[in-house]
Amino acid sequence: MEKNVKNILIVGVGGQGTLLTSRILADVVVDMGYEATVSEIHGMAQRGGSVVTQVRYGEKVESPIIERGEADIILAFEKIEAARYLDFIKPDGMVIVNQARIDPLPVLSGKVKYPDDITDQIEQCIPNTIRIDATKVAEQCGNLKVANVVIVGTLAAAIGLPAEKVEAAVRRRVPPKALELNLKAFAEGMQLI
Amino acid sequence: MKKLMMGNEAIARGAYEAGVTVAAGYPGTPSTEILENLKNYEGIQAQWSPNEKVAMEVAAGASFAGARTLVTMKHVGVNVAADPLFTLAYTGVNGGLVFVSADDPAMYSSQNEQDNRGYGLFAKVPVLEPANSQEALDFTRAAFELSEQFDAPVMLRITTRLAHSQTMVEAGDPQRVPLKDYVKNPAKYIMLPGNAIQRHAIIEKKMEDLAEYAENCPFNRIEWADQKIGVIVSGIAYEYVKQTAPEVSILKLGMVHPLPRKLIESFAQQVDRLIVIEELEPVIETQIKSWGIQAEGKNLFSRLGEYSPEGIAYVLTGKPYAKGYAIAEKIPGRPPMLCPGCPHRGVFVTLRKLKMHVCGDIGCYTLGALSPLEAMDACVCMGASIGMAVGMEKARGKEFAKKTVAIIGDSTFVHSGITGLINAVYNQAASTVILLDNGTTAMTGHQDHPATGVTLMGDPTAHLDFEALLPALGVEHVRVVDPLDMDELEKVIKEETERPETSVIITKRPCVLTKQYEKTPYRLHIDPESCKGCKLCIKVGCTGVSFDEEKKKARFNSGCVSCGVCEQVCRFDAVKRVEE
Repeated sequence: MEKNVKNILIVGVGGQGTLLTSRILADVVVDMGYEATVSEIHGMAQRGGSVVTQVRYGEKVESPIIERGEADIILAFEKIEAARYLDFIKPDGMVIVNQARIDPLPVLSGKVKYPDDITDQIEQCIPNTIRIDATKVAEQCGNLKVANVVIVGTLAAAIGLPAEKVEAAVRRRVPPKALELNLKAFAEGMQLI
Repeated sequence: MKKLMMGNEAIARGAYEAGVTVAAGYPGTPSTEILENLKNYEGIQAQWSPNEKVAMEVAAGASFAGARTLVTMKHVGVNVAADPLFTLAYTGVNGGLVFVSADDPAMYSSQNEQDNRGYGLFAKVPVLEPANSQEALDFTRAAFELSEQFDAPVMLRITTRLAHSQTMVEAGDPQRVPLKDYVKNPAKYIMLPGNAIQRHAIIEKKMEDLAEYAENCPFNRIEWADQKIGVIVSGIAYEYVKQTAPEVSILKLGMVHPLPRKLIESFAQQVDRLIVIEELEPVIETQIKSWGIQAEGKNLFSRLGEYSPEGIAYVLTGKPYAKGYAIAEKIPGRPPMLCPGCPHRGVFVTLRKLKMHVCGDIGCYTLGALSPLEAMDACVCMGASIGMAVGMEKARGKEFAKKTVAIIGDSTFVHSGITGLINAVYNQAASTVILLDNGTTAMTGHQDHPATGVTLMGDPTAHLDFEALLPALGVEHVRVVDPLDMDELEKVIKEETERPETSVIITKRPCVLTKQYEKTPYRLHIDPESCKGCKLCIKVGCTGVSFDEEKKKARFNSGCVSCGVCEQVCRFDAVKRVEE
């Protein structure tokens, strides 16, 4: 039987680096002695589509899939993606919304409007909603591509992951020449919450 | 020590531990990562074959020659490999032969959601189905033993959820398995009718023996709890039952063909209500009902898509679905799309302009069917485009053929387009085939193939030269164009579709996501004076360019790589270049 399981749903747009974030998170919680599972989607959806990764960890985890309405945290790399998966969150859950806006095709082509004030609307549903601007922070760090590791920093601060274990995981996952930049991004991300 | 492993990684590990030395497959989501992982282990010769049929035949030879062999493919790949498979069931094996069928319930990246457990019954091969990565490793290892013990190819059936989920795994030690002796044995390996008649009798007996084995197979087990509900379940759905309904009794089947009849009958007798939980087809339910066992299944659960923990909880425990939160406003969909800079975009924009009937094929370029490009009429399976174009011409005549093209990627063409093209030439079709050569198998994650000149092991090799191949097939008219030079492309398409003979246009430009892609030396920007807000550039369907509703002008986004498609469709010369 499952025991003390935390459910984290990581959502974004194909190409934003959600997979790296979920893998770093999983590395860390395993390193902390938990059982963990990660469920990803590869293939066609990755071509600019909506992507979702589920990470579960605890003393005993049976399944890699989060039951709808049972997510403790939604970590969203993009605003409308946070809204799209909101039915997964627990009433007392936390939603971390990166303030990035990536227009999907129906918006680009003017068929549909990108909703205004999405994060406000999310906050009306879930009081514990946190806004971050990982893209801006990544830019300040020197490379837009490290936005995902900025987000790892915010998540680590939100759920109390030990910084040295996260840094060790980042070390294992990123190429050596990008390490310093990524560690900086991680440190900055921790300050956002 | 336990570590996280993706299902596909665990299968690769299991094959390595089982002493596999030869492996073959064709990339296909969700199976691709198995060989990509397996090739890294010592002593393995892994290969991408042109298609799944060839991969299965390579495996047949390796097995006959005494090696343990793994073959991997997605579910529809088994259709391609079915011909050798059905007869391999007759010949049996020498070295253990295991093939992975990676099914895709919910069709995350597929054209259908066929349930390949059906092949177990049809082809008469035993089928194992793991529920997590540990079982993926253990079952793969055991499948080789089973294959050799029963002289049978064994199917390992997985689904997308298992393939791409990471769960905790304790790896084992690799076995050293010497090659089995190679003995010439025509009665077993030459399937002439006289021999095959004998083998058919053997295979029927073998299935009976396997059914007997299934009764005590360690992968079939009962987990007793409350006996009001008894669940028969296999694969990933087992984990959802454990997650949401720990109070029910479970008969967990790891071997799903042949089924353990006595075990199931005994389990059925000891529970008040028997429910079979299986994604897709009622493969288990139909069989056990045919034995007179009362069971529920598809009256409670859908044949469509994949199952969810909350759906299983609802049926087994009555727990209502979470009400869930949602913002009031409608959330725009986010369909997958061609990348900014994708060379295929130039082709689809041109085909749309020319109002062509487009017979499509399987790959990233199938996305050319989606709005706003909508430049595709049909797409069925790997390699089908060329045959379909010929059929359309035969049905509607030469004039219709002048407005019809087949469109197929380089890897797909090698997979199963070549025979279609031979057919077109042979049957005097006027078909125009556009061969989208981006130098890789892009959709599945950029695997090499025979025309890239590199093997799965990373070795340089002979490369299939399309421009040399096509004339040899009898194609007299072969044109090579840059798909991003759209004026030239349009001219060539018009000329070639007018021809009464078969012709091939190779559109050659590397995938924007590969290292072969060359960045343009300039950036594009919109000249606000010239932009009239006509949105022609928006209609190329690219996230690199969008429309500013306030200013009523187009604007470029950070994703733009200055490929120039929108520059070429602009009628007002509003897209300008800035040298970098």
